[in-house]
Order: sequence, then structure tokens, then C-alpha cells
Amino acid sequence: MWPLARYLTARLLRALLTVFGVVTLVFLLVHAIPGDPVQAMLGDQSSAEDRLALRRALRLDQPLLDQYALFCGDILSGSLGHSFRNQMRSVASLIWEVAPDTLALALAAMLVALAVALPLGTLAAVRRGSRWDELASSLALLGIAIPNIWLGPLLVLLFGVWLRVLPMPGDDASWAALVLPALTLGAALSAILTRQTRAALLEVLTEPYIRAARGRGIGEFTLVVHHAMRNALLPVLTVAGAQLGALLSGAVVAEKIFERRGIGSLFLEAFFDRDIPVVQGCTLCVALFYVSVNLGVDLLYGVIDPRVRFS
Amino acid sequence: MTFRPPRLSRMPALRSTEVFGVAVVLGFLVVALIGPALAPYSPLAIDLAHEFELPSLRHWCGTTDNGVDILSVLLHGARLSGVVAIGTVGASLLIGAALGTFAGYRGGRVDHVVTGLCDLVQAFPSIVLNVSMLALTAEPGLFQLLLALIAHGWVLFARVARSNALVLRDAEFVLAARALGVSEWGVLSRHVLPNLAGPLVVQATAALGTAVLAESTLSFLGLGPGAAASWGALLDQGSAVLLRFPHVALIAGGTIALNVYAANRAGDFLRDYLDPRG
Repeated sequence: MWPLARYLTARLLRALLTVFGVVTLVFLLVHAIPGDPVQAMLGDQSSAEDRLALRRALRLDQPLLDQYALFCGDILSGSLGHSFRNQMRSVASLIWEVAPDTLALALAAMLVALAVALPLGTLAAVRRGSRWDELASSLALLGIAIPNIWLGPLLVLLFGVWLRVLPMPGDDASWAALVLPALTLGAALSAILTRQTRAALLEVLTEPYIRAARGRGIGEFTLVVHHAMRNALLPVLTVAGAQLGALLSGAVVAEKIFERRGIGSLFLEAFFDRDIPVVQGCTLCVALFYVSVNLGVDLLYGVIDPRVRFS
Repeated sequence: MTFRPPRLSRMPALRSTEVFGVAVVLGFLVVALIGPALAPYSPLAIDLAHEFELPSLRHWCGTTDNGVDILSVLLHGARLSGVVAIGTVGASLLIGAALGTFAGYRGGRVDHVVTGLCDLVQAFPSIVLNVSMLALTAEPGLFQLLLALIAHGWVLFARVARSNALVLRDAEFVLAARALGVSEWGVLSRHVLPNLAGPLVVQATAALGTAVLAESTLSFLGLGPGAAASWGALLDQGSAVLLRFPHVALIAGGTIALNVYAANRAGDFLRDYLDPRG
């Protein structure tokens, strides 16, 4: 039990350190970037009074350490400060309002990716060198090469315009409207996971315990699904977890193409409005989400796989 | 189980897609260099009588918004993509390789700091970090774009350099050189760095594609340097008129995809060539 406890605390401490770093970096971004953020927000024609007022509202007139303390206070209180353009709203409430949409999109994309990658990667590994293997590797290559900014319009053209089976961007909000964005977002991930599944399964299939199981006369299907998959799945799920952050990044693109609301479109809007508190809040949320998913995966890994604890 | 004889020749078998990839990457670099001179029209020339035309002899790739010649936009856009790709990859390579080698070779506290910094930067998805950096500049131009891309780009090279330097530090030939009395700097420059070059060059080639994609994506989102012609901005224009004039988005997106694919294949080619063991 002790190695597990030590592993868990060490991992937790490292995550806390990262969180501290993330918060500090997001805070420092405003100061580290050349140019004046106040001028960026108001433009060149703004009056000196407006600038001073904004400087005060953003607390840029206070000493750096005080600003940092207030910034941390906003995070601890859970409000993340107030939107600059929409002064009645706290940044956290703006994000909460749209977070479910983005989360649904990201989970749907993950589902698409796993639904493609697990069967295809398994087939490619079991029938190594066959047509299936070739199909898997060329699909994987395509998935990585076709950028989501192009895949999105292509899918709209194919399913929305020519085949007319799925709704166009912005048409309605039913589950059918989630299909194309999820495909757009999940394509690259399914490519990555297919490769990962194939590689992991190929490695496991050479292990002695598999040969032993085969010797005991266990059927090929049971062998692959029950015996080999259990071990092969761990690295696949680790990669899938690590890629959740990339999904959030891609959500910015997918939400723009399909005119969906979500953290990505809130983030972009805030960018064009130069609403710095909202930009900071979204950045912080996405990064913290990413850190906690990775932490969750690592902790789970430590519990499931005893080897991890001792390394 | 089939028996495979060990490969004897050092030169790997050439794959057609990899040769294609290398050719496209080289072609892209040449076009980035001389493309604007080849462009038949100005990427700003307005010709309202010929808006959104399909490809023809007059306009090989057709026209877009305001009758602007698409081929000319692509050729000028190659310059922007090329500058961004070379600038981002070059600077990221220098910064990342220096930090990574230092961290891996020295180990200890330096290693902890550099690795921690890498973890920290990678906690931010690339687009999110890029956008939040650009949001704070008054007028996001080429320089700011490069800065934002490098801020995330160096990590990959630092990781590759570090993990390789870590192995090289204790390699027998390095120990031998040290035992023979070669100075620390001599060991680093004559024995360690040359062996780091291979993996870094492979990584850099693939990163060219990533940088092209990043520039296109940011331009697509409307965050690119406004004045210059860009593939991503053209794709954005094309997406807006997707229903009536799909050729704009098809051509612009195809160009981006082709280059990303080619850079990937070229990276694979170099990996096979530089590291026959792999």
C-alpha cells in the first residue's frame, strides 16, 4: 500500500505545482507581452480618461504583487473576475453557461474517435499486413493530414449540401447537429488512437502469457478481446486522456465552423472584443481542465497498474 | 511467422509517398521564396465582373471574393506560410535544442526546471495559448504571430533534445572521450551535438507542417496578420460561400492539407534515412 500512497501524493503535489504555474503564467501574460493591453482594448482614438478608467478597472494601476493577490482571490472565490464588456456578469458565469455545449462536443468527438480506433486498430494488429492493416494506416495518415479547418467545410458540403442528410451549421440544436462537429473534431484523434491501439496490441500479442493462453486452446476472439485488450487498452486510454486538451483546442475551430456556442466561441468573441478577463478566464479553465484530466488518468493508472508506482 | 532477412543496405527502400512528400516540401520552400514573382495578378486586384469564377484559362484556380485571382493568393500566401514556418521552426529549434540539451546533459536542478517549464507550457492547448497571447497585442502582426507560435513550439524540441542528451551523456563513446581528456565543451560540440542533429532535423521537418497548419488555423479564425494574403484566410472566405461557390474552400483547404501531409511524409523519410535502426 505504501508505494501507492507515495505515488499518489507525489503526483498530486506535482499537479498542484503545475496549477500554481498555470495561474501565474495566465496572470503574467498580460504583463509579459510587448505593447499596452489597455490600448489594445480601446484602440488609438481613446481618450486619456477612458484609458485611466480601464486601467483602474483592470487593476493595472496597482502594484504587481497586489494585482496577483487579487487575481488569485478572484479564482479562489470562483468568480474569475468580471467580464469587461459585460460588466454585470462574472467570467465564471459566462463560462458555466456554455461549458456543457463544449463538453458535449468534446465527449461526442472522443466517442467517435474510440468507436473508429478500437475496432480498426484491433483488426489492423490481428490481421497484420492485410487489407485491413493497409486501410487502417492510410486512414490514420489521412486523419492526421486533413486539417479540421478543411474537414469541417468538406463534411458540410458532403452531408449538408449534396446528400442533404444532416443539418447545416446553425440550423438547429438537436443531436443530429452534433454529428458533423463531432466527426470534424474526432477525426485526427481517431487517427492517433488507431495507430496507438495497433501498436499496443501488437506488442501485447507477442507476450508469453498470450502464447500460453493460445496453448490452452482459448479462442482467438476471447484471446484478443479478453486477454490482450485488457493490457493494450491502458496506453491507449492514457493517450486519449492526454488528447482531451487538444480536443478543447480543436473545439475553438469546430465551434466557429458549425456556429455552435461553447467555450471556444466565447473565447474567440472575447478575443475580438479584447475582453481580457474573459480571455484569461477561458485560458485558465481550459488549462486547469487539461491538468486535472491528466492527473486523473495518471492516478487511475497508478491504481490499476502496479508497475507505475515503483518507477 | 515468416522469416525476414535482416536488411543489409544502409539506404532504406524509397517509398513513393515519401519521395512525393520531400518533393512537395522542397517545392513549397521554392514557391515561398519566388512565388509572389510568379503570381499572374496581385492578390489585391479587384475585378468585380469576374467574382467567384470557376477555374479557367484566365484564372487557373478561379476567382474569389471581389474577383481576386485564387492562384495569386495561394502564391502570395505561400510566402507568409513559408516565413512563419521557417521562422517558427528555426527559433523553436534553437531555443528548444539549447534548453533541452543543457537540461539533459547537466541533469539535476536544471533538468527539473526545464522539464517543469515544458509541462507548464504544454498544459495550454496550442491554439488557446496563441489566441490569448495575440489578444493582448494592439495589432496582431507577423512578429506577434511568430512570438505566439514560438512560445509553444520550442517545447517539442526541448523534449526531443533532452531525452537524447540524457542517453548520450552516459554513452560509452562519450565516456571514452572524457576519459581521453577531451574538454567538456569538446565533448558537447564534437560528440553530443552531432548525434542530436538527426532526431532534431526529423522533428523540424514535421514541425514545418505543424507551423503551416497553425498559421492557417489562426488566419482561418481571423487572427492572422491582416494585410497579407493567407491560405487560412482564403479558406475562411471560401467557407462563407461554401453553398454557392465550393471551389474556393476546396482549393484553399486542399493546398493546406497537401503541405501538412507532405511535411509529415518528408519527416518519415528523414527518420528512415537518418536512423536506420528505427
